Amino acid sequence: MNVPTIAGSASAPLAARPVSRQSPTRRAWRRFRSNRLGYASLLLFAVLFGISLLAEVLSNDKPLVVRYDGQWYFPLLQSLPETTFGGDFETPADYLDPLIRENFAKPGNFAWFPPNRYHHSTINYFSEAPSPAPPDAGNLLGTDDRGRDLLARLLYGFRISVVFALLVSAMCAAFGVFYGAIQGYFAGWTDIAMERFSEIWSAMPTLYMLIIFSSLFAPSFWLLVALLSIFGWLGIAAYVRAEFLKNRTLDYVRAARALGQSDVVIMRRHILPNSLTPVVTLVPFEMAGAIGALTSLDFLGLGVPPDTPSLGELLNQGKSNLDAWWISLSTFGVLVVTLLLLILIGDALRDALDPRKLLQGDEQ
Amino acid sequence: MSLLEVKELCVAFGARRVVDRVSFSLDAGGKLALVGESGSGKTVTALSLLRLLDAARLSGEVIFGGKDVLQCSAAELHELRGSDIAMIFQEPMTALNPVYTVGDQIVETLQLHKGLRGAPAHAAAVAALHRVGIADPDLRVHSYPHQLSGGQRQRALIAMALACDPKLLIADEPTTALDLTVRMQILELLDRLRSDTGMALLLITHDLNLVRRFADHVAVMERGRLVEQGITDQVMRRPQHPYTRKLIDSRPARALVSAGEGLIAAGRGISVEFPKRLPGIIGWFRSGKFMAVQDIDFELSPGETLGVIGESGSGKTTLALAVLGLVAAHGDIRIGGTPWSVGPGERRALRRRIQVVFQDPLSSLSPRLTLEAIVGEGLEIHEPALDAAQRRERVIEALYDVGLTENDAAEPLLHRYPHEFSGGQRQRIAIARALIVRPQLLVLDEPTSALDVTVQKLVLQLLGGLQRKYGLSYILVTHDVDVVRAMAHRVMVMKDGRVIESGPLEQVLGNSKSGYTRRLVEAGVA
Repeated sequence: MNVPTIAGSASAPLAARPVSRQSPTRRAWRRFRSNRLGYASLLLFAVLFGISLLAEVLSNDKPLVVRYDGQWYFPLLQSLPETTFGGDFETPADYLDPLIRENFAKPGNFAWFPPNRYHHSTINYFSEAPSPAPPDAGNLLGTDDRGRDLLARLLYGFRISVVFALLVSAMCAAFGVFYGAIQGYFAGWTDIAMERFSEIWSAMPTLYMLIIFSSLFAPSFWLLVALLSIFGWLGIAAYVRAEFLKNRTLDYVRAARALGQSDVVIMRRHILPNSLTPVVTLVPFEMAGAIGALTSLDFLGLGVPPDTPSLGELLNQGKSNLDAWWISLSTFGVLVVTLLLLILIGDALRDALDPRKLLQGDEQ
Repeated sequence: MSLLEVKELCVAFGARRVVDRVSFSLDAGGKLALVGESGSGKTVTALSLLRLLDAARLSGEVIFGGKDVLQCSAAELHELRGSDIAMIFQEPMTALNPVYTVGDQIVETLQLHKGLRGAPAHAAAVAALHRVGIADPDLRVHSYPHQLSGGQRQRALIAMALACDPKLLIADEPTTALDLTVRMQILELLDRLRSDTGMALLLITHDLNLVRRFADHVAVMERGRLVEQGITDQVMRRPQHPYTRKLIDSRPARALVSAGEGLIAAGRGISVEFPKRLPGIIGWFRSGKFMAVQDIDFELSPGETLGVIGESGSGKTTLALAVLGLVAAHGDIRIGGTPWSVGPGERRALRRRIQVVFQDPLSSLSPRLTLEAIVGEGLEIHEPALDAAQRRERVIEALYDVGLTENDAAEPLLHRYPHEFSGGQRQRIAIARALIVRPQLLVLDEPTSALDVTVQKLVLQLLGGLQRKYGLSYILVTHDVDVVRAMAHRVMVMKDGRVIESGPLEQVLGNSKSGYTRRLVEAGVA
């Protein structure tokens, strides 16, 4: 790409290397996509997560649409008493009840059920097999020790794990970037003071704190998100600090300071975009870590409240019911696939954002 | 028969051919210089002689001592590397392994190629260091690379390369990373060793001054082709190829108008200190001072250029940062009569009057911003009243000013990113960013050192033109005497943070009182 006024700069190579017209971010994305394994992992992960977000319509004990005695009902959105469908009680309808099923089968009536007829909390009181039941046509992956459908529990459990991981990584990234940026940009005494604080903070025994907190407060999803976030940002802050320390001495930052640009704008516009590589690269690994942490806390019974579908709780069940192989095996499978996909995505991201490749595309 | 005969050598990476049918020969004991700018394929050619590039496809012939290197087996190649043909590189710090002593590394070479072990190997290592003129070789043999200075490291590297008495030494930019005064010593050393041992020397360089002084023969490469070769004197005096001619008169011409009256910037007793770790237990309680710049005065008139020269570590860049108000300094620095010690608002306004262009055009532009955002930033700060369209107009105007256009239009460039431009173009962008706020004073910190010689000349011409057009004052910080000679009205010579000498250009460079200045000038000019 020679410009005439530079008199055909003599430094161009023999066969001019094509120079990409795209922004560095676009080029990184293109490199990420060219890594087939990583890109496929990202797509698969997105599809799985998308499916799990639709869990309510895919796996539920309520029909999606019911036509009964000439009227339309949407049990997913409405709470209907059993009497609506010819039952005897005013209690909410149990759609697994053979009586109600029979009523739906009558001519003129019709019910459209989700593909998997169980919610994660559904206990099938009409099942004939003792719990935990092995896989059969009704419960594709069998049931757990309380007779709840395993496929439904895994689907909802996967969703909770991924949402949890996303929230924790987002909070860690936000706080870590903020902390590390201030530390690295102002350096000197600010850096020393903040570094000492994060050292003290990192010396706190996380698991011990979690146990104390879970006995102080009622265990809940949001409490866990908060707790894991306030202990998880240290790693990201350290990377961002190092990037800021390095980038603040670069000439383009000096040039911006010489222009009289304010510190906030310099940090946001000049340094931050060039310091996010470690954050983006770390996020999938951070997510894998958060899923692992949630699973282990649930396994120990310190995690989410008992009724919540959770992979850790299922693993615990698998441990107590060793002969019910379908519990541990399928939970293990879900965990392995999730963590593997995240790590493959992270690997591909790391390659795509490699700074040595990022600044290429031009001879120097 | 010549020692090395290269015939029709082609080197390709994938579909890209970077060296195209290059032929030259070198006699035993001869001195050949391979000259070219970056990207001309000179280093690739040199590395190909030893087949050191794994990814490259080679064709042609490289006959060394009657054998074709390109057809050699792995074992023969191993024998050749290091013992018959040795190589030294540009950056001595990275070419030496930091965890071994210099002696260990020389002994390793000796073991490998001569089978020497124990005391004889050690003695040979000491002798090798002695031969390259390192003082106290029996002590230095136990030094780690970081304990040596740049020049000593390069000497140690040469000692390593020569330990096995090679017949050919390939020196790839052996002095580029070194200070000026050390450069001469290293080249003289290479020349002395060559005549002592009778080995041949292949010098890869971009610096025609070195060629003029040290090579018998010269081969000029451009974009992978060898465009001209011959006896150095003849090529230098009567270059045949236009590219050679361009290289030879790439020394910038002086075209200055005399400076105006008045004072644009002045400094009195400028000192900058950095904390230094004190040795021993006292270092736990307080830190010492390292005076990077000590007690410097300067004055600058409108339209005047003050050249600041000195070797690396002389404090010239620190002085530039102090004048820019980017490092804390003692003393009084005034830009247009206003000191840096004013309040934040006035300080910001003051920044508009003094701008800066840095050395490395790669790191001086933020890689994730477009050209428009980079150049327009100063306007956002200093002329916030402008709307986006007016700002764009000013950016385009600035791009025309610095001659950065495509097909005579600057608009298509606005949305491009820095990586899409060459080094010279990026330096023009950096100049545009500084100029757009219409400063009176520009600090140029080694503005051309990272550029190829032909591009250097164009950038200097541009700077000269801008000075005449806008009456700009420059503070030009450089180690390159040629650049100062072309650009400066007055010169200040720095060493160890102090000014050795200052005055009008002709006086300082022409008949200096100081021996240090004379050495600098001598080293910088052929």
